[in-house]
Amino acid sequence: MNGFAHLLTSALVALVQLALVAVGGPLLLGVMRKVRSRLEGRVGAPIYQPLLDLRKLFTKQRMRPRESSWLFGAGPLALVTTVVCVSAISPLATARPPLGQSADFFAIIFALLLGSVVLALSALDTGTAFGGMGSSRSMTIGALAEPALLVAILAMAIPARTSNLPALVRSGLIHPSLIASPSRILALASFLVVILAESGRLPVDNPSTHLELTMIHEAMVLEYSGPDLGLIVLGESMRLVFLLGLLVNLLVPWGVADRPGALSFVIGVAALAAKVLVTGVAIAIFEVFTAKMRLFRLPELLAGGFVLALLGAVTAVVAR
Amino acid sequence: MNHVSIWMTALAGLMAAIVGGTLPVRSRVGAAVLLTWVSCSAALVAVVSVLHSGHAIAMSTTKILPFTGISLELTPLGAVFVLAIVVVALASTLYWLGYASHGLSTRCASSALPLFVTSMILVPFAASVATFLVLWELMALASLVLVLTDQSRREAARSAAQWYAVMTHAGAAAILLALILLSAHAGGQTFAQIEAHSHHLSGALRGTIFVLALLGFASKAGAVPLHVWLPKAHAEAPGPASALMSGAMVNLGIYGIILVGNVLLGGGPVWWWLLVSALGVLSALYGALYAATTSDLKRLLAYSTADNMGLVLIALGTAGMFAASGSHVTAAIAMVAALLLMFNHSLFKGALFLAAGAVQIATGTRDLDRLGGLLRRMPVTGVVFLIGALSVAALPPLNGFVGEWLLLQSLLHALPSANTAVVITVAVAVAALALTGGLTVAAFVKAMGIGFLGRPRSEEASKAHEVPATMQLGAGLLAISCLALGLVPMLILPALMRGARSARPVGPVAAVHGWISLHLFGFHGVLAPSLLAGGLVVALAATVLARRVSHRRSSPWPALTPAEPWGSGRRTQTARMQYTATSFAEPLQRVFDDVIRPARDLDVSPAAESHYYVERIAYQTSSDDVIERVIYQPLIAAVRRWGGLARKLQNGSVHRYLAFGLLALVIVLVVLA
Repeated sequence: MNGFAHLLTSALVALVQLALVAVGGPLLLGVMRKVRSRLEGRVGAPIYQPLLDLRKLFTKQRMRPRESSWLFGAGPLALVTTVVCVSAISPLATARPPLGQSADFFAIIFALLLGSVVLALSALDTGTAFGGMGSSRSMTIGALAEPALLVAILAMAIPARTSNLPALVRSGLIHPSLIASPSRILALASFLVVILAESGRLPVDNPSTHLELTMIHEAMVLEYSGPDLGLIVLGESMRLVFLLGLLVNLLVPWGVADRPGALSFVIGVAALAAKVLVTGVAIAIFEVFTAKMRLFRLPELLAGGFVLALLGAVTAVVAR
Repeated sequence: MNHVSIWMTALAGLMAAIVGGTLPVRSRVGAAVLLTWVSCSAALVAVVSVLHSGHAIAMSTTKILPFTGISLELTPLGAVFVLAIVVVALASTLYWLGYASHGLSTRCASSALPLFVTSMILVPFAASVATFLVLWELMALASLVLVLTDQSRREAARSAAQWYAVMTHAGAAAILLALILLSAHAGGQTFAQIEAHSHHLSGALRGTIFVLALLGFASKAGAVPLHVWLPKAHAEAPGPASALMSGAMVNLGIYGIILVGNVLLGGGPVWWWLLVSALGVLSALYGALYAATTSDLKRLLAYSTADNMGLVLIALGTAGMFAASGSHVTAAIAMVAALLLMFNHSLFKGALFLAAGAVQIATGTRDLDRLGGLLRRMPVTGVVFLIGALSVAALPPLNGFVGEWLLLQSLLHALPSANTAVVITVAVAVAALALTGGLTVAAFVKAMGIGFLGRPRSEEASKAHEVPATMQLGAGLLAISCLALGLVPMLILPALMRGARSARPVGPVAAVHGWISLHLFGFHGVLAPSLLAGGLVVALAATVLARRVSHRRSSPWPALTPAEPWGSGRRTQTARMQYTATSFAEPLQRVFDDVIRPARDLDVSPAAESHYYVERIAYQTSSDDVIERVIYQPLIAAVRRWGGLARKLQNGSVHRYLAFGLLALVIVLVVLA
């Protein structure tokens, strides 16, 4: 009976985290657009507009380019599937998520990468110039962002002596000095650069562009419409919330539920929402004052991120 | 029983080669394949018995003259390599049955292929210097013949074979020198004698031997800068042969390094392993970069082989370095990571080369810029390639990821207790590993996306058909094992740990344990590939279900309706408007311009009326191997100059040659006196 109860709680925790990411994603998108509009002197759409958009998209017809294969339909599914899977087992609202033992930081990141890769493949499957353009650019950025990300993870994992995500978050709770250490701060700065690049935000990519030649992510998904586009929008926003959730939990873990019990979990949920909201608003404000970088200037930004992470890893070893 | 299996391996292999060379064309390939399978099965029996018991099995013939005694022994370390070779060989020979009618059923090829397989299987059995060198040479020659198969139709095959012959024999010379030095100073030519005496040798001599052996074996493994033959020979060899060369033969280079460095010399100082790691870093980065920018499908795979062997060398080097600096647990983990990376590479690169061979059969080209749309026309081959590509990109839930994870864990846990040299190497290794990973992903998205997806870019690609069932099955078997080992790495890890321990018997017996979730020994590190895969499946089911529920039309989930894609207002779009492999790689190529230094040629010819109107634009870009251009071409030119000078000595006159002979004799006498 006890085992069954445990299983039930675990499933519930996973579902709540999942729901948080799935609803929070589009809402965060709405908030960021609202902040942006207000700062630009417009009223802007209500913050729940992305949810309405999604509802509309899901009622539409499904289309595919004439010469595409089954992989075209697999792209959006892979994108959502991977982020759904990782957000159930990662330390977002609680530092002891179900199956947390298996939530290795590297594994989580590579699982997300699987989603990006299948999406990039399905963009090439459209057989158009734009699909290839988006895919090529996003893979170029990915190839340069991945080194920064891996080294950043390593820089955080060396002082904590594990790359297990829940353990990393808990290490911050137990030893606050770990968070204030230069290695963790440098690594998180690099992580932030990577998040901006991977989720297609300014200054890497302009999510609201309508100019085909400057698009990166939008060019990749240009052929999608209706429910498949809905899945992509949903998946991308979930991924943003998930990555920001990880970032804030590694930076300011306080509030995350570390003890069993409903109350601490509720506090954890509220804390996560607040922390992610603040970060999202900060990014939105930053985006108002930033222009998109030229594609061929991006390697400099990402190399900067890589150097930050490497410095973090080196200080982690030196300060052992 | 064990002796029987060793005899059977050798004899059945020899029979296969003879049968392949003599029988009439109708039954030749079938009989050769059957006998090769007998040979492989016999080897498998030996492998299983060694890996199960953990004890080596040995066999030797009586010695009449010093170098005639054949001495064979299978250690657990050798068994791991034999296992990898046998798996690739079984799949490739099955594939050969379907491939044979495309120029691979000649007497020569049908004899060389079984000979190649058998000699590769027997190399790890060798337990004396002479046996080893004979088998090594046999393997090189048999594969050389296979590279030359297509030479009548392709000029490039001849040049590739030339490169291969020179490089492999230069390597063999270095190995020969190292092993002769070793046996001369250790007072015997069997490996057991050498092992017992090698620690009496002076440090300088041991260092010289190791460096010589490393150069020879690293060239076989395709380590940069000794890799130049690899993209040529592996690309020109016919399908099954290229899978065997890239999936199995390169492993033996790694085997040689472990054999000399860890077993015969019994480990060495940090600088040896620093050298190995440096070679690894260079190969990984260089291979990945060229794989990401080349547009020839098989060349891309060959460069990726250099990249993957680089990762194995990094793991091997760090393992040696950790061992030399006293951290035995991380050394054991890194060693297992090296073997796992090697084994995984055999599986996925075998599958990829077999799929690429199928593409070449179906379309007649390997140029990605002329392919496209093959997933719809060749569904099985396409899926095999997809699995291989995701695996080589180290994505879960496939086997490539597990190896990379183990290597990252060994690096991560080594750092806090390491000395300065190790720390610097590890930092560089991690950076290289990370950059390589990103480039590999880009390379294989390109290979899969341009080659198999979208619209066909040429007539041949649009007429492609799926290849015969045996070919699908051969490639498919390897792809399925990639998936299986990705989900349950413990299927192979116990064997690899046995092998790693026989190479370096210090440290924990089981560096990793746990069937469902993989635990590291002594450190907090857990990976649960099957749980992750299960989570992905559950999440997929949930997503599909949610999508179905949320769709409120009359039909619950309408099929995708085909429509014309968006072409900026153009009504019709042609396949030529798609991105090609070259354009896909262009941004990356531009980022790494300083390294690759491609030759570009842009020729704009304006219209006669006004130069503001462009009539024609010709753009040419070629990125040939920069190391070949900078190091090898000047070397070849110098050799050719010397050759030209030496030619002046010869005029065909017998008298002059007799005078040379006399002169040489006088010099020898003077020197000896």
